[in-house]
Amino acid sequence: MSISLEGRSHVLQCVTKLCSGCSAIAQIADLGTEGCKMVTKAHICRLYDRFEELDKSNKGSLSREDFQQIGELAVNPLGDRIINAFFPNEKQSLDFRSFIRILACFRPTVKNKLADPNAPEPINSRNNKLRFAFQLYDLDRDGKISREELIQVKSAMRLQ
Amino acid sequence: MAAWSRDIRELCCLLLPVYFILLVYLFNNVEATSGNDSTFNGQKTEDGNQHLDSSKSHLSRSFTNQEERLSVFSLDYYHVQIPFEITLWILLASLAKIGFHLYHKLATIVPESCLLIVIGLLLGGIIFGAKERSPPVMSTDVFFLYLLPPIVLDAGYFMPSRPFFDNIGTILWYAVVGTLWNVIGIGMSLYGICQVQAFDLSDISLFQILLFGSLISAVDPVAVLAVFEEIHVNEQLHILVFGESLLNDAVTVCLYHLFKSLCQMHTILTLDIFAGIAQFFVVGIGGIIVGIIYGFVAAFTTRFTQNVRIIEPLFVFLYSYLCYLTAEMFRLSGIMALIACSMSMKYYVEENISMKSSTTIKYFMKMWSSVSETLIFIFLGVSTITNTHEWNWAFVCFTLLFCLFWRALGVIVLTQIINRFRKLIITRKDQFIIAYGGLRGAICFSLVFLLPSHVFPRKNLFITSTIVVIFFTVFIQGMTIRPLVNFLDVKKTNKRQPTVSEEIHIRFFDHLLAGVEDICGQWSHYYWRDKAKKFNRNYLSKLLIRDKEPKSGIVALYKKLELKQAIELAESGQLSKVSSSASLLNKKPQKVKNLSPDELKNIKDILAKNLYQIRQRTPSYNRHSLPREASENQVKEILIRRHGSLRESMRKTKRAQQSGAVKNSPFSQPQNARISSQPRKRNVAFTVGEDSNLETDSLQLDNILQSRMGPPPRHQEPCGMERRNEVHLEKGRSQKPISFGYDGGGAGSRNDSRRKPALMPRTRFDNLDIHYNECRRSRQGFVEFSPNNWRAESAHEEDAEVNDSLIRKPM
Repeated sequence: MSISLEGRSHVLQCVTKLCSGCSAIAQIADLGTEGCKMVTKAHICRLYDRFEELDKSNKGSLSREDFQQIGELAVNPLGDRIINAFFPNEKQSLDFRSFIRILACFRPTVKNKLADPNAPEPINSRNNKLRFAFQLYDLDRDGKISREELIQVKSAMRLQ
Repeated sequence: MAAWSRDIRELCCLLLPVYFILLVYLFNNVEATSGNDSTFNGQKTEDGNQHLDSSKSHLSRSFTNQEERLSVFSLDYYHVQIPFEITLWILLASLAKIGFHLYHKLATIVPESCLLIVIGLLLGGIIFGAKERSPPVMSTDVFFLYLLPPIVLDAGYFMPSRPFFDNIGTILWYAVVGTLWNVIGIGMSLYGICQVQAFDLSDISLFQILLFGSLISAVDPVAVLAVFEEIHVNEQLHILVFGESLLNDAVTVCLYHLFKSLCQMHTILTLDIFAGIAQFFVVGIGGIIVGIIYGFVAAFTTRFTQNVRIIEPLFVFLYSYLCYLTAEMFRLSGIMALIACSMSMKYYVEENISMKSSTTIKYFMKMWSSVSETLIFIFLGVSTITNTHEWNWAFVCFTLLFCLFWRALGVIVLTQIINRFRKLIITRKDQFIIAYGGLRGAICFSLVFLLPSHVFPRKNLFITSTIVVIFFTVFIQGMTIRPLVNFLDVKKTNKRQPTVSEEIHIRFFDHLLAGVEDICGQWSHYYWRDKAKKFNRNYLSKLLIRDKEPKSGIVALYKKLELKQAIELAESGQLSKVSSSASLLNKKPQKVKNLSPDELKNIKDILAKNLYQIRQRTPSYNRHSLPREASENQVKEILIRRHGSLRESMRKTKRAQQSGAVKNSPFSQPQNARISSQPRKRNVAFTVGEDSNLETDSLQLDNILQSRMGPPPRHQEPCGMERRNEVHLEKGRSQKPISFGYDGGGAGSRNDSRRKPALMPRTRFDNLDIHYNECRRSRQGFVEFSPNNWRAESAHEEDAEVNDSLIRKPM
């Protein structure tokens, strides 16, 4: 269930800026149950505001250029990698749902002890965090970190 | 083995008579000051040497007749009395330390502070026994003005700044709120006890009790340091307890003065209460501001000391001491001022002064703080033996009980609250250690002596209970904390130095988190750290750090040789731009070249940090030894690697040249010849610090390499295109960000594109047309692998600093 463009603009028109994020919550409410238990309404609201702030052309999704507009990210040695992490699988646009998904990785680690083994792993579990970190190292997405990739990490860290 | 223990015994026996000699001197000093005229004869020493009892009884009052003859040999003790006594005391303290460390088994069971107090007790007992009078008590002034500052300075100078600032919120929380909690808790409970008629305590007023509570709740940095450094808990715990003990000084000072004034005032207005609260902020923040001002002035002064290297350490000590005295003068928190001063001064001063001065400063600081600490504990023991104690079972026992109880309760409650705001929560074990590590020490002792007797008729009672609490915490808690730590299996420090790869990954994640924070638009402490670094780099460093020059002759010579070698290589055509470009594309030689500066930087990090370890970092703070310096071997290894890489790159260039584009070689020769003069000039203008000579060399060499690549635009056009296409291809194929921020969207004829990928982020925002000859930009762009326009990051700003100051040097 994704937020359609028309639906979203409708929401924007009908609701004030402050509450706009909250209606988005209804659309992505399943994120709370399925994915990350620790993303609260307040988080989603604030991230929605941020999403809109970044989405300068108001198209309802973020593209790489939007990310590259963030000044601090440009001077970050890992800026490109982080942006790539947001656009997996050659996607070129990022909707709010995916945005939240990826950021949900950064919530405090949830302990998996009580989890139902059949349920999908929460986004902020240790494994998923590790997977995310792995993606940052593995630039060519072949599932392995090659020597060259490691070398590049090293040289990236030198460049400060 | 037997011989060894015999040696120990002999040495101990040797020390004993020394002690008694000293005692004898002391006796006579006290006597002399008290007005008896006794002159000291050489014979008395021999008396003292023989037996314990006989020395005590036969000492002293011999009265020699002063005849009016010309004396061949005379003795004038009063002339040298004061320095003599002081030196004797210090000597005694140091001999005691030698004694302990000779006997290893004792040192592992009993912390040094306890042993020192025991020695003090012995001395005090002897003096008291022989004199029927109280021994010289450490005066409050001596303690606060002379004995405490070295310890605090040492603590502040070697304070690991990163864990400190990471945990600053928690530390302040514990220091301020925790101390307040303790004060009010202890004060109120004791007041309740005093109300009970049976204990004969009802003449103590509320404010007196609160005052007593405020001075007894203060966790003492001296005691905490003395005990904790021997048990090596993990750095987070250490920094929490230690930071708390330092920062609660502001609260203590403020409350002490507040309650003291309230005790003496007859009417209490609400205005006074508010004034008290305001005073707290003034005391704390004022102290920090004073410290920072002095710190920056000191840093600024050291900027100009290149011709008077010998007195550089003096500036550090003088400014710090002056800072402390200024804060004390204004009744601000001297400890916080000193901490702020030393922390703010350290980074810039270390950049400005020579290596020897730096070592001198560190050694002197350690030495003075060691001596101070020893003296404090000995005096603590000596001052205990007095006949003016007033013992009241109820008061003393309940004081002790409440101190422990309220501390434990406070830690538990506060931790519950603060854990909600922390990422790394404080576990139960940590809480226990924090509560158990709340040792009281000499600060409370001195403060209790400062109480005015006319306001406090029961002052002796307070003194007694303070002494009991101090002894209990130092002895019982100090001795048992080590087995408890082992029993509870508290996480200890990891003494292993982090490997290079660990450093890299840690930094990687720091950057990652900073980047994600930027995406979220959330400002947490990474953001503030970045901001602080930016500010530091842009303004403070320019102001406070001197331009670097090579200081030692050998370094300069080495650089000259390197330069010569590089220029020769370039002129002989081996380092042509084609080969360079091939090598760059290949990435292989870069790999090797990248290694050494990275290594260098990492090693410099480790050097400069001497941090507490966070999860796996450098060795922790130690009172008794300096932080580990880079060994000669490391430096040698770096040199070897560099030469290896240079050789390899030469080999590669030879190969590439032979196989590669012939068409470019005619270009290379004239260009090289033409511009060979310029880089030389530039490189000579390159100034570098002594510490980073190797780094500079590598950078300089790279500079030369790159300069070969940077001929006027026209010649390089085909080459540039070719290279850029290559890069483009690679990027397109594998999405490898070879050049960060390089999005391939740059304008057409970017001839020095190879060198400028680092500038891409900039160019996106403002279109720059950069000529190689332009000073700053070219400096920045000259090496692909060290762009300095990245404001984010380095957890290790020292190195970024070095790099930046090197690179940004205008010609």
